[in-house]
Amino acid sequence: MKHVVILGGGTAGTMVAHRLAEALPSREWALTVVDQDPVHYYQPGFLFIPFGIYTPRDVVKPRKALFPPEVRYIQSEIEAIEPDKNRVHLRGEPRTLSYDFLIIATGSHPRPDETPGLLGDAWHKTIFDFYTLEGATALHRALERFEKGRLVLNLVDMPIKCPVAPLEFLFLADWYFHERGIRQNVEIVYVTPLPGAFTKPRASQVLGGVLEERNIRIVPEFYVERVDPEKKVLISYEEEEVPFDLLVTVPIHYGSEAIKRSGIGDELNYVPTDKHTLKAREFDNIFVLGDATDTPASKAGSVAHFMVDVFVPNFLRYIEGLDLLPTFDGHSNCYIESGFGKAFLIDFNYETEPLPGMYPLPGVGPFSLLQESRINHWGKLLFRWIYWHVLLKGKHLPVPARMSMAGKWA
Amino acid sequence: MATKVIANKEVEVNDEGYLVNPDDWTEDIARAMAEELGIELTDRHWEVIRFVRNYYKEHGKSPTMHQISKGAGVPTKELFKLFPKGPAKKVARIAGVPKPEGCI
Ligand SMILES: Cc1cc2nc3c(=O)[nH]c(=O)nc-3n(C[C@H](O)[C@H](O)[C@H](O)COP(=O)(O)OP(=O)(O)OC[C@H]3O[C@@H](n4cnc5c(N)ncnc54)[C@H](O)[C@@H]3O)c2cc1C
Repeated sequence: MKHVVILGGGTAGTMVAHRLAEALPSREWALTVVDQDPVHYYQPGFLFIPFGIYTPRDVVKPRKALFPPEVRYIQSEIEAIEPDKNRVHLRGEPRTLSYDFLIIATGSHPRPDETPGLLGDAWHKTIFDFYTLEGATALHRALERFEKGRLVLNLVDMPIKCPVAPLEFLFLADWYFHERGIRQNVEIVYVTPLPGAFTKPRASQVLGGVLEERNIRIVPEFYVERVDPEKKVLISYEEEEVPFDLLVTVPIHYGSEAIKRSGIGDELNYVPTDKHTLKAREFDNIFVLGDATDTPASKAGSVAHFMVDVFVPNFLRYIEGLDLLPTFDGHSNCYIESGFGKAFLIDFNYETEPLPGMYPLPGVGPFSLLQESRINHWGKLLFRWIYWHVLLKGKHLPVPARMSMAGKWA
Repeated sequence: MATKVIANKEVEVNDEGYLVNPDDWTEDIARAMAEELGIELTDRHWEVIRFVRNYYKEHGKSPTMHQISKGAGVPTKELFKLFPKGPAKKVARIAGVPKPEGCI
C-alpha cells in the first residue's frame, strides 16, 4: 500500500483529493488529508460580506463533508514535516503520519501581527480586514454605521492572495455608498506600496482612469511601517502620514507556520517549487499546490484549479517512472468586480501580461443600476454554487462554461 | 525601449531605465546605475543587490520589500537609508532586474 498525504484541505487540497481518489486504485493507494479547521471557507465570498451582499452563512461548509469517501480526513494542526524521514508530525492524533508522496497545500495567510498598531483595541472597531470571515463580518457592521468620513484601504505589501481583491473592494465601496446616497460624504483613499493601482502596461492602458472616474484617491509608493490607532494615522517608513476614520488593511501574507517549523520555506514561509512541474525543488516526493508555492503565479483559486489540472496527469506519469512534464504555465484568470453591475476579465500566465477585455456580463449596459446589481448578485450566487459543487469536487468544468466560469471565479 | 551605453557596455533599457535583459548586468553597470540615482555603493548595498539578483534567478520575479528585508537580513528602516524613496524599485534597477509589480 502506498500512501499520499495531503497537507491542507482548502481549495487545492480538496480538489486534488477528489482527483487522486478517482485516478488511483484504492487497493494500492491510501489518501489522507490533514487540516486544522473544521470549516471550509469560500474565500472569494469574503469580499461581498462587508457590503451585505453575502452573509457568513453563504461562505462556510463543514470541511469533512467535502471529501470523497475513499479519503481519510484528519482534523489536526500540522506540527512539522520531516522530509528526510518521509513523515509528518501532527499536534493531534495520530502524532505522526508516514508518506510515500506528500502534497503541500497549506495556503497563505494574512498576518496583521506583522504591522505594529493593527492588532490592539482598535482591531475590528476602527481597523478591519476583509480577508477573514471575522474581519469581513465586523466590517459589515461598521460600514452600516458609517455615515461620513475617510475610508482608507491599505495594502501592506505583496504577495497577497487574489491581488485584485483590494481594487474590487474599492469599487464595491464606491458603489455601496452611492446606493446609500452618501457617497459625497465619504472620501475613499487607496494607499499602496506599488507605483500605482495598475502596474502592467496593458492593464494600466485599459483600467488607468477608472479610479479617478470613481473619485477614489490613490497614494502610491507608501510603505506602511506602523499604524497609530489613537491618532488614526498610517505612518510610512519615511514618516509620511495618512489619516483615516476607518481603516481597511490587507496585511502581508505568509505561508503556514508549519512550513517554517519544518525549515523548508523561504523568508515568507513559501515552499521553493519548480514553477513548471510543481515539485518541491529540494525533494523528489513532495509537490506543492495552490498558494503555498513560491512560484511567481498569482495566489488565487483559479491558479490552484489550473495547478491541480496539470498536476494530476503528471503525477500519474511520475509514479510510473516517467519524467515530469513542465506543463504548468502560470495560467491565471481573474474576474474584477467593478461595482455597478460591471466587471472586467483578465487572463494571463508567466509569459503573457494580462490582456484585459470587457466581460460581457449579461444585462450590463441597457439595464438600470438596480437591475444590474441584482443580475450580478445572481451571477455570484451561481459561481458560489459552482465552487462548492463542481470545482471543489474535482469535476471538470464543461468546456463552454470553463472560460466564463473560471474567469468569474478567478 | 532603447539601447544605452552604461559603463561602456551597450544594453537595452526600458522607458524607466531598467535593464530589459537581466543577463546584461555587470557590477560596473550597478555602480553606474547607482550613481545615476545618487547612491554610493557600500558593502551593505552589495549584500542587498546580491540577494535581489539571486532571488530573481531563483524565483523569476523581483522580491518585494518584505522579502528583501527578511531574506537579506536587513531591517526595513535601514533599507530606506541605503536606497531612499522606494528601496524595492531602486535596488531592482541597480541589480538589473525588473521593477516589482502587481498582477495587473
Ligand atoms: C477576500 C478574498 C477574495 C478572493 N477572491 C478570489 C477570486 O475572486 N478568485 C480567485 O481565484 N481566488 C480568490 N481568492 C483566493 C483563493 O481563495 C485562494 O487563492 C485559494 O483558496 C487558495 O487555495 P489553497 O488550497 O492554496 O489554500 P486554502 O484554500 O487557504 O487552504 C489552506 C488550508 O491549509 C490549512 N492549514 C494551513 N496551515 C495548517 C497547519 N499548520 N495545520 C493544519 N492545517 C493547516 C488551512 O486551515 C486551510 O484550510 C480570494 C481570497 C480572499 C481572502
